[in-house]
Amino acid sequence: MEVLRVKVWRGAEQGAFQSFEVPRQASQTVLDVITHIQRHLDASLAYRFACRVGMCGSCAMTVNGVARWTCRTHVDTVVKDGALEVAPLGQLPVIRDLVTDMAPFFDKWARARGRFRGTRSRHDEFARIAPQDADRRQADAGIECIGCGVCYASCDLVAWNPDYLGPAALNRAWTLVCDARDGAQAERLSAVGGDAGCHACHTQMGCSERCPKKISPTAGIAGLKRALARAVLKGAL
Amino acid sequence: MSARGETILWLAQRASAAVLALCVMVHLVTIVFAVQGGLSAAEILGRTRGSVVGLVFYATFVIAAAVHAPIGLRATLGEWLGWRGASRDVALVLFAIGLAVLGLRAVAGVFGGAA
Amino acid sequence: MRRNELRARAHPAYGAFLVHRISGILLALFLPVHFWALSQSLQGAVQFDRFLSWTALPAVKFAEWGIVVLLAAHLAGGLRLLALEFLPWRDWQKGLAAAAAAVALAVGLAFALAL
Ligand code: FES
Repeated sequence: MEVLRVKVWRGAEQGAFQSFEVPRQASQTVLDVITHIQRHLDASLAYRFACRVGMCGSCAMTVNGVARWTCRTHVDTVVKDGALEVAPLGQLPVIRDLVTDMAPFFDKWARARGRFRGTRSRHDEFARIAPQDADRRQADAGIECIGCGVCYASCDLVAWNPDYLGPAALNRAWTLVCDARDGAQAERLSAVGGDAGCHACHTQMGCSERCPKKISPTAGIAGLKRALARAVLKGAL
Repeated sequence: MSARGETILWLAQRASAAVLALCVMVHLVTIVFAVQGGLSAAEILGRTRGSVVGLVFYATFVIAAAVHAPIGLRATLGEWLGWRGASRDVALVLFAIGLAVLGLRAVAGVFGGAA
Repeated sequence: MRRNELRARAHPAYGAFLVHRISGILLALFLPVHFWALSQSLQGAVQFDRFLSWTALPAVKFAEWGIVVLLAAHLAGGLRLLALEFLPWRDWQKGLAAAAAAVALAVGLAFALAL
């Protein structure tokens, strides 16, 4: 039987890698490997998952140095010389083992005004936005985000500028900037500009490179930069 | 810095980049030709002195560079050296002025006056 | 908190970023020196010729070549950035990084041949 040598982070901010040997199986995912360890080798291992099918965004970890969703990452695609190294997601506080505290990540969504604010009541007509509408298409390109934090962990700017809102929050804001129904545009634009906002992005594109949903936050951030420039030139900001 | 301030810096950075892109291409082609067969002072200055086109072109080039470089350094200083806040911005304004003065002096030397 | 390391950064756009930033820093450091040297040498034809004979030294020639390559790399990377920020795009970002590298290389070679 083929075995996989797996190093798993144990502890919190302070800790060390612990080695395990896990039977290799066909079509095995990294999450399968972690689950095997927790069920058969060490029940005290802490990790997070829910849907196992790439919808909930809770299973992201650092696999062989790269942030990934583990439930849909096949071991075949990441294994190196029969070995795997699994660590918690980067740039977030570690609670225990493979579990990070996602609060700073989602707090930044709130700071970026990532919430839709409607302008109509139930007495009004529906807003009609054609499927081929240019803004709608741009929003559609970013709307499939599952909030896994892979982009955030992959972005060096988050480390170099701890206040930086990061790719996910800015991508979310961009989908709302493109939403004709939203009524918080001016305050959202001021929230996403500045040295902690979209202008902190230097197009390293770690986010776009690693997003498991193939979203390009870089494109959305560029859109925000243009939207802000337009607002300033019009004297609206 | 505020969203507005940062947006203005971003615009200045991109606008100066567009100007510089043009200038650098012209400059690169010029120096590739200029260094062919070696340089001599008389030769170069004979060609440049009194050229209004050259003067305007290189003055524009210098100003664009003096706008562009400090904005780029601003991000670099903040991210790689942790130098943020007013002291950084004052230092960079001084750097921009220094760059413009030194550059314009050189341009005046090469293109100003008669041969 | 875990920081990104080499394995996370190993992708073309990160490389393009590093080249752009480092070439930018070096150019910002070089520019004042360049302007100053130029103005100094313009005190008179003698000084200028002395300056030019200094630039004929192999080490200086090599440094000049390096600066031209830096300039070309920063230009190509900058054009890539402008395209990324101002043009609607999806999938050709990597091609853009490659094109930027090619332009820098071509200019470097052209200059090396002209020297
Ligand atoms: S467990 Fe839900 S996305 Fe992986």
